[in-house]
Amino acid sequence: MIRLISPRSLRSLGIVGMNQRNIGFIGKHNKRSNYRLVDDKLLTKKIAIEKGNIPVPELYGVVEYLFEIESFLDELQQRDGFVIKPVQGSGGKGILVVIGRHGENFIKSSGVEINDSDIRHHITNTLAGLYSLGGRNDRAMVEGLIDFDSSLKEYSYEGVPDIRVIVFQGVPLMAMMRCATHKSDGKANLHQGAVGVGLDIATGQSLCAVQNGVLVTEHPDTGAVFSELRVPHWDKLIELAASCNQMTGLGYIGADIVLDRTSGPMLLELNARPGLAIQVANQAGLMHRMQIAMEIIAGTDDPALRIRQAKERFASAPPLAG
Amino acid sequence: MIASRTRIGIIAGTLIIFGLGVTLYKSITLGLPLLPEQYRDVWTIESKVTFEPSEGPVEVTLTLPEDNNGWIILNENFSSSGFGFTIVEDDLGSHAQWTRQDVKNPTTMYYKAQVYEQPGELTQPDMPTNVKKLQKLQKLPSDQRQAFEFFVNGLREKSIDDESFVSLLLQAFLNSEENQEIQFILRSTHEGTINAIQQVLIFAGIPAHPIRGIQLEDGRRRQTLSVLLEVYNGSDWVIFNPADATSGLPEDFYIWKRGDNAVLTVIGGENSRLEFALVNNKLPLRTIVSMEEKSNEFAVLDFSIYALPIEQQGIFKGLLLIPVAALVVVFMRIVVGISTSGTFMPILIALALIQTTLLVGLAMFLLVVGVGLWIRTYLSHLNLLLVARVASVVIVVILLMAVVAILSYKLGIDQALTVTFFPTIILAWTIERMSILWEEEGGHEVLVQGGGSLSVAVLAYLVMSNRYVEHLTFNFPELLITLLGVILLLGKYTGYRLSELYRFREMKKRL
Repeated sequence: MIRLISPRSLRSLGIVGMNQRNIGFIGKHNKRSNYRLVDDKLLTKKIAIEKGNIPVPELYGVVEYLFEIESFLDELQQRDGFVIKPVQGSGGKGILVVIGRHGENFIKSSGVEINDSDIRHHITNTLAGLYSLGGRNDRAMVEGLIDFDSSLKEYSYEGVPDIRVIVFQGVPLMAMMRCATHKSDGKANLHQGAVGVGLDIATGQSLCAVQNGVLVTEHPDTGAVFSELRVPHWDKLIELAASCNQMTGLGYIGADIVLDRTSGPMLLELNARPGLAIQVANQAGLMHRMQIAMEIIAGTDDPALRIRQAKERFASAPPLAG
Repeated sequence: MIASRTRIGIIAGTLIIFGLGVTLYKSITLGLPLLPEQYRDVWTIESKVTFEPSEGPVEVTLTLPEDNNGWIILNENFSSSGFGFTIVEDDLGSHAQWTRQDVKNPTTMYYKAQVYEQPGELTQPDMPTNVKKLQKLQKLPSDQRQAFEFFVNGLREKSIDDESFVSLLLQAFLNSEENQEIQFILRSTHEGTINAIQQVLIFAGIPAHPIRGIQLEDGRRRQTLSVLLEVYNGSDWVIFNPADATSGLPEDFYIWKRGDNAVLTVIGGENSRLEFALVNNKLPLRTIVSMEEKSNEFAVLDFSIYALPIEQQGIFKGLLLIPVAALVVVFMRIVVGISTSGTFMPILIALALIQTTLLVGLAMFLLVVGVGLWIRTYLSHLNLLLVARVASVVIVVILLMAVVAILSYKLGIDQALTVTFFPTIILAWTIERMSILWEEEGGHEVLVQGGGSLSVAVLAYLVMSNRYVEHLTFNFPELLITLLGVILLLGKYTGYRLSELYRFREMKKRL
């Protein structure tokens, strides 16, 4: 028997469904013309540095044409670790993480060794638009590996955990940490099997963890207990996320942030169509938070005040046990 | 300014009410039935006369079919611009006659008739008098007459009565290459096989005349007249088909004209041709009758699909079903929340399924996509550029389709030939997408999305092939406006998807 939840209880929980998100949140608050600022990761990087003064992972280079691949591969030979991404990738597709070397070969985050030609293949696919929104021709960008904060190490398997914060006009609505698992192949994407851990907007303390729509208490690979998780540098992180609306002109976005050992919170990318699984990880609906956010926005223009009020009003009761 | 929600509501409401209103009006005032009832195969026969003018005035005479041959003509109309047009009646029946002083360019005339079969006995024609022809035959040079006599006597010896004589005769003509007598008769009569057969029959004293008519096939274009022979066996007239020497009227054969006289004569022109385009509609009789009666009174009917040329009607028959399939896709994605690979790929698959029938189509689809995926896995090792790879998959898909078609034909499984109805490019892209999905997210996601697409396609197919749906869309195309309104409303649906009731099932714990 398939277990279902009734629409009535979903509504009373304030859960936002896909249709509601598309029409009421994204369609209403995100101007189409500003989408490219977040769909194009290079542009995001650029405005983050120029407009928001926000730290981002170091950019090693961009490949736009096929002929550039060879010289680029030579360059990569000098590096121990790097990440190749499609500039306009969607849904975490086409991200190749190399964390080390073994002679001529590269070691992926999963431990699998690949060689030159695998990387060449990956880049040509990327350029042809295989991983990109609408299958358009794309560019491949190569970034530095994130040396992520060691306090989070045990919560992620073979991948970098990132923190997704949904912000609405400067008000942080909801946050979760996305922990890579063996199943998600080192990727922090929930629908690929990563674990989402809901986080208290006020403190960064974990609330609840979910994998594939089912609640879990510990990391399936490392065994780390999620209830002990508390994300460091929380205030700085939330502040960074909240500044992204202003920067992009998009009202409702998801900011993906990583914690670097030395630089602290760094903006990885922005998403104009953030997913809804975050609600399960937080065991809370976005609808209610959105309504409160509207009140906060109506009350004050001051970014700092908006954040403070959000923290006060979205603060959780003591964490749930499982 | 009105909120966009309200505005959409008003627009959609207007569209829905308008569509339903026109439908109801047509149904109540004009008596078009809303539900399909007693169905008749109504054939629309579009006859096309083409010719190249030579010098002088042009007169085109087309002998018109008559009602009496087991078929009823519902309505007929004629078209040809710039020609004088009359219908001439004489003892041979009625003829359409187009005339014009001077014609410069190759010209086309149309005669369109809608007919349906009235089951019952064929009217028996009067006894024809073949006396004149017999006399003419007797004036033949003696060597020819001897050939006829020899041939007829030979057949007489082998046959027991007139009917078996005709059968033997037709069979002999079917295998005429090695029969020197027939070759000689054909050479001496100059006028083709049918004429030669008829002459032999007359010579043998068996009354016979040709029947010209059309072998009806749905969707057929450029069909030409075929000829049957009607033979008197002493008490009844029996029809024989010279093409296969069988007796009896072939199924779906529309008798145009009995007798020797030409159906089409063109004076002042050459290379004239008479071709037919055929479409079969299953229509309720009431619809047809009321349409016929009222098409002059009501403008609405004049603007119905039936007013279109027949080829376009056939196209619209399929076209009008696509919006229904689109509604299915919209509903399944927005309200149910099934993920499909490619937004409207299921519609294209469903359209193909209509041609192939469900089970055969599904089997073909799975076979081609399955083998395609397997080959595609190999291609991915070759490290090709995307466009080249998809193009290769297209070629592989076409080869696969050819192999499937040829193999199945050789094995005698004719249904599998319909594999060609699948849109090649769509198949190739499906394979490519599935293959990427497989590499990126594993076989599970392939099953989810592929299964989703297929189930939506099957659902769309079931809806499209539904008799009621077909009846409504074709007879009440204004329902499309209603459909548009419904889709607009669905586009503003902000409620939960069915799948989200499962997706958020873990939220219960909080209650």
